[in-house]
Amino acid sequence: MELHLHCLRRLSLLPQPSRFPSCLFSEEEKRNRVQEEEHHEKKKMRFVVKACRNGRAREGVLHLGSCPTAIETPSLLLSTCKGLPFFITRDLLPSLPSPDSHLLQMSPLHFLECPSATTISNIGGLHQMVGLHEHCFVAAPRDSILGLPDFEGTNKLGASFETTGGRRLVKPVEYMKIISSLKPDLWTSLADEVPAWVSEKRNQMSVDRTVCWLDDCIGINLAAGASVLGAIVGGSSLDERRHCAQEVVKRNVAGYWIGGFGLGESMEERPALLAAVTDLLPAERPRQICGLGLPEEVLQGVAAGIDLFESTYIYHLTLGGSALTFPLDGEERHGYDSQLSDIGSDHTKINLRATVYRKDTSPIVDGCCCYTCQNHTRAYLNHLLNVHEMLAHILLEM
Amino acid sequence: MALLIRRKEKAACSVTILRGPSAVHIMALRFEILGRFNRARAAQLTLPHFVCQTPLFMPVGTQGTIKGLTNNQLEDIGCQIILGNTYHLALRPTAELIDELGGLHNFMNWPRALLTDSGGFQMVSLLHLADITEKGVTFQSPVDGKPMLLTPEQSIKIQNKIGADIIMALDDVVRTTITGPRIEEAMYRTLRWIDRCIAAHEKPNEQNLFGIVQGGLDPALRDICVRGLVDRNLPGYAIGGLAGGEDKDSFWRVVAQCTAALPEDKPRYVMGVGYPLDIVVCSALGADMYDCVYPTRTARFGTALVPEGVLKLKHKVMEADVRPIDPTCSCMVCKNYTRSYIHCLVTKDAMGSQLLSYHNLAYMMRLSKDLHMSIIEGRFPEYVCGFLQKQFPKGDVPEWVCNAMEVAGIDISSCCVPFS
Repeated sequence: MELHLHCLRRLSLLPQPSRFPSCLFSEEEKRNRVQEEEHHEKKKMRFVVKACRNGRAREGVLHLGSCPTAIETPSLLLSTCKGLPFFITRDLLPSLPSPDSHLLQMSPLHFLECPSATTISNIGGLHQMVGLHEHCFVAAPRDSILGLPDFEGTNKLGASFETTGGRRLVKPVEYMKIISSLKPDLWTSLADEVPAWVSEKRNQMSVDRTVCWLDDCIGINLAAGASVLGAIVGGSSLDERRHCAQEVVKRNVAGYWIGGFGLGESMEERPALLAAVTDLLPAERPRQICGLGLPEEVLQGVAAGIDLFESTYIYHLTLGGSALTFPLDGEERHGYDSQLSDIGSDHTKINLRATVYRKDTSPIVDGCCCYTCQNHTRAYLNHLLNVHEMLAHILLEM
Repeated sequence: MALLIRRKEKAACSVTILRGPSAVHIMALRFEILGRFNRARAAQLTLPHFVCQTPLFMPVGTQGTIKGLTNNQLEDIGCQIILGNTYHLALRPTAELIDELGGLHNFMNWPRALLTDSGGFQMVSLLHLADITEKGVTFQSPVDGKPMLLTPEQSIKIQNKIGADIIMALDDVVRTTITGPRIEEAMYRTLRWIDRCIAAHEKPNEQNLFGIVQGGLDPALRDICVRGLVDRNLPGYAIGGLAGGEDKDSFWRVVAQCTAALPEDKPRYVMGVGYPLDIVVCSALGADMYDCVYPTRTARFGTALVPEGVLKLKHKVMEADVRPIDPTCSCMVCKNYTRSYIHCLVTKDAMGSQLLSYHNLAYMMRLSKDLHMSIIEGRFPEYVCGFLQKQFPKGDVPEWVCNAMEVAGIDISSCCVPFS
């Protein structure tokens, strides 16, 4: 009996629990299921907008999954590769500021090759697999680093992506199989993202497909539907953006994921497009955006009322050997320093490969409390970058 | 600019400067044997920056970093000494820069012990145009292609600037697989160069100069070299010229011969040895220190070290395997990750190398600690038998291991199938 119960519990962790009619369960098992649901309820997302500033911009608080404390928004999601930050291992993660660093973004596309959905389920889902139990994952197919939308390959069956394993067409059923095995805290529906220059017809089609796939994704796994961020596209057409937002708002979703940015639209046209969408979204649900990475772009998003952002910029800086140095306390520095720009640095970042740091025994940022600044000098990082050592990337990502 | 506040975590007990009979032989270490089993010994090696427990394995941090690991991770897994390569460090960032920034300990912010090699091995192994004469090693500079000369004096001068706890004498390195008069020439030259190294050493009370026994696979030449070096009364001795593709039976015999002839009260370091089996055998024969790139290099190629031998994580069978790499291992990687997850990272993502390097070094540190503890607790033979049983469950322990263990006075008959 014990064993049997154990097996059933294992089964209920697998993707399709609703397949079992309730009459098959004994009273005890039903109680277990109720407890499990209550546990699930506790893990559910809660989002509260605390204050609105200068029109659309807002401050909020996000309670999510197993994260020990609430996360204040606007917030950055740390980019990951196969569920782990690119270079930071789990034992080093606590040295990042908490709770902000507990919010991670992951792409289900990283698991198209392996491990299989069955194996991931056997391990017990994403949190268990990557050993991060107190971190929260938001799953989105496009990660803007390893997986980019390939609008030409996308058809009515599914969305196409450029991945490290080549072009892959991902159908809603396939996508939901991975989502169901991973069990992320939040996930976004499949979107047909098109660049700014496509025809009006193609743009319309992308909106229709994206809305249709949202219904498909929720339909395939009703249980997971509670944690879905509905994808909103519409390219650089204000009308299509509004149309898509209206359709998605009609659906029962936990929040919104705004796609189709960073794909050829200009900085000037972006604020209007963003506002067209956010003006139609209910205030009490979180909004995530994809494709805005540069600090200036993130500020545009904040101004339009976006709550969650991706952090691809950090990854690209890390690979380029640069370190962010801009002051966070609002202290302003004016003037243009030609010496800095000559070596690929400015007032927001420094290029640690530059020879001027060869003998620089100061930390990247004076007074910074991260592991890297606490332990290492600019000179050591300059050396590691020059000899192409992996530790350089580990230290810079931090 | 504010200087970093550095951890001054120097060795707790101060190092007494021991003066030899002629007062010239100053050393900056203390070597206390805590336990023995026949030839095997467990000791406490007190170096200027750390108090180490031997036998110990030293990971190789060629360019001032162990590939893919941070310093606090190395401390977490119990790493005691890191090896730095003089050749690489002298090229980049240069010895002058390291010296100016307060030595390698400061530069890489490593509070524990460091050892640097002489640079000679890399010149011979990496550079085809190296030419060894009585003056030193002439090689083509990889920077500008000009011929450059590394003399014993320069090697020591560079190592003095880098500032490691242990520095190595420049030796005349020849491949062990060659034979003939070149071996003899190299051995005698190594002996002549040791005097130049001793004379050039400017910091004998801060850094320990180890001499290197050469002589190929010839017992007579090894004997001359050992005796010559022992006469110089150095702080420690290394057995060089091994782990270069020679047959295993010759390998252990050289180790056994050298450890028998070296003084009891000095550390003995077998250079380039890193396979767990070799370390167990050498420790049984009385060696104390080892270094090798094997654990980290093999990790980058997707191989994990486990008590049973190795686990190739790239293999297809790992894809659905939800067990940890080694269920008996308590390292961060084994406590958190499955073989199936590591399988999808290895050789593709940096994280794969990082996690496997971490596990493999944790394994080597655990092996060192197990050797130390089993000797101290008087259960060394049992430990060796347990180790061999796991590596050779069918009892097919290689003959060279059986021969070496016989010399080491360790009865391993319980884990061997009798030879027919």
